[in-house]
Amino acid sequence: MTQNVPHPPAKIEIKDFSFFYGATQALHSVSMDMPQNRVTALIGPSGCGKSTLLRSINRMNDIIDGVRHEGDILIDSDDIHRKSMHVDDLRKRVGMVFQKPNPFPKTIFDNVAYGPRVHGVKARGELADLVEKSLKRAALWDEVKDRMNQSALSLSGGQQQRLCIARALAVGPDILLMDEPTSALDPRSTSWIEDLIDSLRSDYTIVIVTHNMQQASRVSDLTGFLYEGKLVEFGDTTQLFVSPKMKQTEDYITGRFG
Amino acid sequence: MRTVNQRDRMAEWCMRALTYTIVAAVAYIILHIVVNGAPALTWGFLTEMPRNSGLAGGIYPAIVGTGMLVFGTMIVALPLGMACAIYLSEYATQNRLTGFIRLAIATLAGVPSIVFGLFGLGLFVIFFNFGSSILAGSLTLACMVLPTVIVASEESLRAVPRSQREGSLALGASKWYTVSRNVLPYAVPGMVTGSVLAVGRAAGETAPILLTVAASFLPRLPQTVYDQVMALPYHLYILATQNPDAAAARPNQYGTALVLLLLVLGVNLAAILIRYRFRKKYQW
Repeated sequence: MTQNVPHPPAKIEIKDFSFFYGATQALHSVSMDMPQNRVTALIGPSGCGKSTLLRSINRMNDIIDGVRHEGDILIDSDDIHRKSMHVDDLRKRVGMVFQKPNPFPKTIFDNVAYGPRVHGVKARGELADLVEKSLKRAALWDEVKDRMNQSALSLSGGQQQRLCIARALAVGPDILLMDEPTSALDPRSTSWIEDLIDSLRSDYTIVIVTHNMQQASRVSDLTGFLYEGKLVEFGDTTQLFVSPKMKQTEDYITGRFG
Repeated sequence: MRTVNQRDRMAEWCMRALTYTIVAAVAYIILHIVVNGAPALTWGFLTEMPRNSGLAGGIYPAIVGTGMLVFGTMIVALPLGMACAIYLSEYATQNRLTGFIRLAIATLAGVPSIVFGLFGLGLFVIFFNFGSSILAGSLTLACMVLPTVIVASEESLRAVPRSQREGSLALGASKWYTVSRNVLPYAVPGMVTGSVLAVGRAAGETAPILLTVAASFLPRLPQTVYDQVMALPYHLYILATQNPDAAAARPNQYGTALVLLLLVLGVNLAAILIRYRFRKKYQW
């Protein structure tokens, strides 16, 4: 999956980023550049801070009481924490897919149309176009096109997760964050999602958190290994998995701990 | 092994017997009221004005009065309690202030109803000069049911999974958009159910209305919210205690008790039906 060609310029720049839940420090000055149109995987044992890092990129951690950060995160060289940054606009550019599929208990159509409606799209025709485009992009259109008015909860787990991806795509982001998107899915649905990630790479910058090392090596171009809130190693996926530089990385990927 | 088994069975039988005792007590109360009240329950009893201090005639104004108080209590307590629950559940950060608010709500829930009655007398009847009126009575009852409405509403809000909020926020929706479109609609059935149950209880209260609205004998319907009304629980109290000839009052007394019981059961049934209808709709 990874070639030894130089990566495109960084889409997301994380600079000396530390994060605190109250008195607990979850991230210790993490720095990494995530290139455009590449899939960056974050791996590491539970509690290593990989989800915290992911959720910092669209500032989803802001909704928790008593958190604070140090350092910067830049998207297209633009500081996402600057005062004039509207978090709504940030999240429009940075979509997110969660661990457990979380379709809204609405129709399939209304799920995908939710985001565009938030951002003021009202015309029925325009909404329908967006919904169709997004569902096609998420490889779900053929399965649901005849039942757009059925509840999204009637879909299977794998379909629900693709619906959530379509929902995220519908607001037109250029970054997609995925927080263990297949951990609640069966192997077949997992491989669907992995194929989908592969096809989205051309249009989106993707950051994926995963517990599954095989998945990281299958889908990602770059991998960062986090341990106890520190970025231990970050580099090309093949290189990191074949010849890790750090002893800790090697121990983790060979299953000696974690 | 045998002794363990026997003990186990004995424990089970004890629990069962105690449970049946509760059911028997409820059944006895209801049966007693139904048997004694049913003969009084005629169309005239429900639709006529009372005569002769309530010993004769119907209880129409008391039914209307209680109905109005229930309605008044709902339109005050529901919006207020729901707003408070939304604030506590969705907006407030968990700190000392919210801890204090919660303590206040819990304390309010433990205040005896006669204290609410006196509070209503002092604040609404005298200070705000509403007089003994439907307005003052409804506001007093609303204060009394508020804690229950708040707690029930907050519980229904918390039953909506966090992933629903996160999913919406992650799409760039604002907090209020998220709460109003993606949390409230799923919590409202539960909020309404809990609140209606609370208001149903209030319908049977005597102490809070004693000093703020209830008239012992007023054989006409109220014209404005500043009028006094008769109310079923207070009427029942009057019939049972304030009449020299206890035997003469008994038929209407049981009839009134039966009507009050049916009214409260009706309200509760409505609440349960709302819950039942919506429960199956959302499964997270």
